[in-house]
Amino acid sequence: MTEENLSQAQPEQPETPKNPVDKPKKDPREKLYHPERPLILASSPHFHAQATVPKIMWNVIAALVPTTVLALVYFQWAAVGIILTSVGSALIAETLVNRVKGEAFTIPDGSALITGLLLALTLPPSFSLGGTALGSVFAIVVGKHFFGGLGYNIFNPALLGRAFLQASFPVPMTTWTWPLTARYADVDGITAATPLGLFKFEHVTSDLSGLLTGNISGSLGETSAIAILIGGLYLLIRKYADWRIPLSLLGATFLVSGVFWLISPTSYPSPVFQLFSGGLMLGAFFMATDMVTSPVTARGAWIFGTGAGCILVIIRLFGGLPEGVMYSILLMNAFTPLINRYTRPKFFGEVRA
Amino acid sequence: MSESPHLQISSFRRGVHPDEYKNLTCHLSARELPLPDEVFIALHQHIGAPCEALVAKGDQVKTGQKIADSPAHVTSPIHASITGTVVAVADFPHPLGGKVPMIHIKRDGEEDEWEGLSTPDNWETSSKEDLAKLVREAGIVGLGGAAFPTHVKLTPPSNKPIDHFILNGCECEPFLTCDHRNMLEQTDHILMGMAITMRILGVEQGIVGIEANKADAIAAMEARVKALHLNFKVQPLKVKYPQGAEKMLIDAALGRKVPAGGLPMDVGVVVNNIATALAVYEAVVEGKPLIQRMLTVTGDAIQKPGNLIVRIGTPFQVCVDACGGLKEATSQVFMGGPMMGLVQYDFQVPTLKATSGIVCMESSQLTSMRHYPCIQCGACVSVCPMNLVPTRLSRLAETGKYADCKEWGLFNCIECGSCAFVCPSGIPLVQWIRVGKVKATEQQKKLKAQA
Repeated sequence: MTEENLSQAQPEQPETPKNPVDKPKKDPREKLYHPERPLILASSPHFHAQATVPKIMWNVIAALVPTTVLALVYFQWAAVGIILTSVGSALIAETLVNRVKGEAFTIPDGSALITGLLLALTLPPSFSLGGTALGSVFAIVVGKHFFGGLGYNIFNPALLGRAFLQASFPVPMTTWTWPLTARYADVDGITAATPLGLFKFEHVTSDLSGLLTGNISGSLGETSAIAILIGGLYLLIRKYADWRIPLSLLGATFLVSGVFWLISPTSYPSPVFQLFSGGLMLGAFFMATDMVTSPVTARGAWIFGTGAGCILVIIRLFGGLPEGVMYSILLMNAFTPLINRYTRPKFFGEVRA
Repeated sequence: MSESPHLQISSFRRGVHPDEYKNLTCHLSARELPLPDEVFIALHQHIGAPCEALVAKGDQVKTGQKIADSPAHVTSPIHASITGTVVAVADFPHPLGGKVPMIHIKRDGEEDEWEGLSTPDNWETSSKEDLAKLVREAGIVGLGGAAFPTHVKLTPPSNKPIDHFILNGCECEPFLTCDHRNMLEQTDHILMGMAITMRILGVEQGIVGIEANKADAIAAMEARVKALHLNFKVQPLKVKYPQGAEKMLIDAALGRKVPAGGLPMDVGVVVNNIATALAVYEAVVEGKPLIQRMLTVTGDAIQKPGNLIVRIGTPFQVCVDACGGLKEATSQVFMGGPMMGLVQYDFQVPTLKATSGIVCMESSQLTSMRHYPCIQCGACVSVCPMNLVPTRLSRLAETGKYADCKEWGLFNCIECGSCAFVCPSGIPLVQWIRVGKVKATEQQKKLKAQA
């Protein structure tokens, strides 16, 4: 058979499912009703709810606005520098990776911006801009694109970037400053321990009003529980985050730390303090709920949140570090594929033995 | 719209809410299409064995004359829908794609000469077997879209006792309004058809399930049920897609879950569509075999959308022309609704028994979609009425892991399209699942052949 015959003998290619919309021009089976306007051939359904990945991502960014604004208010130029550096480096890194991979530019989908912004919000206000840029590039290049890009990463890229910085620069990463608005005369110098650090190393409890409004020392975005809750509730109401994850994470943290507090209220902090201190709120609403790295099933979400909550309390109470949100979520990220595998929902009408 | 206050609205879990677009046609009375000049009657337009033609080129046929049949049990005979001459028995384009054997009949003149079925004087006294046979001879299949032969459904094996019959008036697909119109215009006939069906099944309990967006149909049905002293229950159902899927409807109306891989008769239920009940009435009381049906010709590309009563085998072109034709910018045409309908590219294809609508769209909701990788958002999982994990099924099918697909419930998928409807990444999940089903079946056959 000659090559020509072969190509003629080829059966008509069925539409490739990959991209049903772009195909009609090449499809040999179609007959044109209007010769100049081909009909679209696609498999059902032909309707779409018009939700898109960028819509989700930009809504997450919108939900981070209150937290970002408060970070700027409390830490002013330090916050401006870190946020711009982190977001800028993330966007540049994303563009360069797109170039190297020879793919379409993915900045408009908003995911790189989220990574940059989230990383910035987890950094101490006094952290160096060079280190910030390094962490942001690491998050995008290693955390996201080494794993295959959007949708394929196992770990939350921003948290992975932060973990990298924590390992590389342990001292600057745990050097905290007071918000400018809280620099009272009686505070010695600029550096200050976080409420969690104060409790762990000096057994001093901070009061709740500071934790709620954020007028305390800590990372840029982890200081005000109220700002995070506003954004977080927005995400839950608009269904851009699975409510089961923050609920189970916060619930598990409260219950497990509550048990220890009941055993010994003097050596362990109260569960309420645990809930509102450190990066828990930011982690519960914006990091653990990252769709890519959390389970897709309802039962999986409960397991994921509960697991992260338990690990968190153990790290906070017994680990070498005062804070454990980052590691608890990263650890559960690693379990996500496994959780998805073993939490298959019961089929409609399924009778399990 | 107000709902009947004394009735509790019930529903199934999960599902989606596509825009309805029913107001294009829901207020328009059905129009009878003038007899078409020619019809193309497919020999295979039902689930089961295809029919063999009983007529040949040159034969004269009358309206209602049986022109094709098969000795198989799961099949349904086919009747001429106009009076005329058989021009050809040959392959013609079919709405399901490709070309299949059809009987091409050209009309001779204006007369519409009927050859009806012989009906009993009083169906209330004739035997179940005779009635079931009549339903078979009338060529009645499920007119909701699946086209499963009705007489098979009505004669379940004796180890499957049936205690409930549900009449499916959900019409949950966007755009379609033919069931709605039938419920308003043929209320009594539908209820009688339901009574006949229940007599064949020997069941006492009858439920009419109607989505709450058809308040007038609910009211009409309730009023006539009372007036005719029938003991049927009219059950309003939540407006949600796919409320009209058999298994979802049974769950909503009775709270019974059809076992995975099972059939409604496994929970003692038979479900029929509104139009099917009407066809049963027309066959048993009026002696008319299934040669016409109501369908909705609609969509934003149709000049004058409407509900038409159409002879089976009428080309789409004739139906569309009867509604003022298409607009210039038509971009998509499907048979059935936009959620499960089949895309069309040739207007010469004929209507089938199960054609409930022709939807022509100028604006496509798909062209604006960009494709992204799956971000594991779980939206498909949260809407799947069968409680599957569509993202995983599609990925397994895409990577050729068909055995794993089955473990994840591949064959439980009813292809309702809810998952792909909500997917923010625009992944054609249902299409991949269909690929998986075909390939998994092939693989299974190969393994069997080797063994």
